[in-house]
Amino acid sequence: MKPTRPRPIGLLGATLALLRKDLLIEWRTRARLNAIVFFAMATLLMFSFALGPDTRLLEKNAGGYFWLAVLFASVLSLGESFRVESENNCMDGVRLAPADPRAIYLSKALGNTLLLVALGTLLLPVMVALYGVRVATGFVDLGTVLLLGSLALSAPGTVYAAISSNARARDVLLPLLLFPLVIPALLSAAKATTLVLQGDPMNQLGSWLGLLLGFNLIYWGVGFMLFPRIIED
Amino acid sequence: MNKLVKWGLPIVGLAVLGIGWYLGLAWAPPDREMGDVQRIMYVHVPLQWMAMLAMFLNFVMAVAHLLKSKPGWKLDSLAESAAEVGLVLGALGMVTGAIWGRPTWGVYWSWDPRLTSEAIMLVTYTGYLVLRRFVEDPDKRATWSAVVAILGAINLPIVWFSVRWWRSLHQVQSSPKTVDPQMVLPLRVSAIGLLLLTLVWLASRYRIALAERRAEVALPEALPGSGAPSVHDTPKVA
Repeated sequence: MKPTRPRPIGLLGATLALLRKDLLIEWRTRARLNAIVFFAMATLLMFSFALGPDTRLLEKNAGGYFWLAVLFASVLSLGESFRVESENNCMDGVRLAPADPRAIYLSKALGNTLLLVALGTLLLPVMVALYGVRVATGFVDLGTVLLLGSLALSAPGTVYAAISSNARARDVLLPLLLFPLVIPALLSAAKATTLVLQGDPMNQLGSWLGLLLGFNLIYWGVGFMLFPRIIED
Repeated sequence: MNKLVKWGLPIVGLAVLGIGWYLGLAWAPPDREMGDVQRIMYVHVPLQWMAMLAMFLNFVMAVAHLLKSKPGWKLDSLAESAAEVGLVLGALGMVTGAIWGRPTWGVYWSWDPRLTSEAIMLVTYTGYLVLRRFVEDPDKRATWSAVVAILGAINLPIVWFSVRWWRSLHQVQSSPKTVDPQMVLPLRVSAIGLLLLTLVWLASRYRIALAERRAEVALPEALPGSGAPSVHDTPKVA
C-alpha cells in the first residue's frame, strides 16, 4: 500500500478543525463557560447593590449593565482562549500544522463569539428576573444584537488576547488595550439592547445595528489581515 | 544631527511660536462672543493639529514596519517617538480645551462626541505605550505594537470628523477657513512654530529610542558566558 500524502487543507477546513478542537476542550471541562456565566451574573447582581434597589433605574439602564457584564466576562474568556495554547507549547504545534495561520484567528474569534452568545443567552433570563425587564420588539432583534455585539467584542479581543497572553502583566494589559477600542461597539450594543427591551418608537434600532455591523467589518477585516504577524516567531 | 539643525531649529521654533503667541495675544482682536478667552485657540488648536499629525505618523510607521523587507529599528523607534510626543501634545490640547470650556460652556468636560473620541484616542495610545513596556523581546514588541497602533488608528478619522458628523457642543474645527482673517495669521504662525518644536522633539526622542534599541539588541552578546549563537548575532541595527 502506497503511503498517502495528507490532503492540503483550506482556510475554511482548518478553521473548522481548530474550532472543533477548541470547542471539544471547552466541552470536556466546561470550566470557561461556567466561570464566565457566574462572573457575569455576579456583575449583574453587583450593579443592583451598587445602585440601590431602584427597579426603575435598573430597568432603564438594563441594556448598558448587560453589555458591561458581558464585556467584563469576555476579558476573562478571551485571556483563557490562548492560555490553553500556551501550556506545553501547543501554539507551536498549531503553527507548525500546514494550514493558513489566519485560520487560527478565525477559529479563536469564532469560538470566543460562540461563548459570548451562549453567555448572553444564559444571562438574559437572569436579567429579566433581577431587573424586571421585558423584551418589547421580539427575540429576533435581541438575538441579532447579541450576535453582532459578541462578534464585535471578539474580533479585536482575540487579537489583543494573543498579544497579551505572551506579554508580562497580561491580566492588566488586555482590558487596557481592549476597553477603549470597543467603546463604539459597547455603546451601540447597549443602545440597541435598550431599544429592544423598551420598544423602538422612533425606529432607531436599524442605525445602531448598522454601526455594529460596520465595526465588525472593520475589525474582523483588520484582525484577519494582521493576526499572522502576531503569532509568527 | 547637524549642529545647525540641533541648535538652530529649536531656537527658530521658539521664536516663531513666540511671535505667533504675541500676535495672538496682543495683535489679533478679541472674539466678539467670547472675548479674550478665545485667544487660547492659538495654543489649543495647534496642539491638537500636531497631536493628530504625530498619531498619523505613528500609524504610517506601524504600517511601514509591518511591510518592510530589510531588518532595522528605525521605523519602530520613530513609531514609538511619535506616539509618545502625540500623547503629550494631545493631553495638553485636552487640558487647554478644558480651561477654555469652563468659561465658555460652563463646564470643564462634556460628553460631546469630539471630547469623548479624543479621550478614547488618548487612552488607546496610553495602552499602546504600556504594551511597549511590557514586552521584552524587541522584535516581538515592534510587531505587536505596530498591530495595536493600526487597530487604534481607526479612531483617528472619527476624532477628526466627529465635529462634522455630530453637530453638538464643540464647534467645527478652527482652521484658516473658519476663523476671521485677522485671526488667521497668528494661528498660522503659532502652528508653524509648534510644528518646528514638534519636529525637534520627535527627532531627539527618536534618537533616544534608537539608542535604547541598540542597547537592548547588543545586550545578550555583551553578557559573559552567553556563547551560544542567537538571533542577535546578525547585526540588526540599521
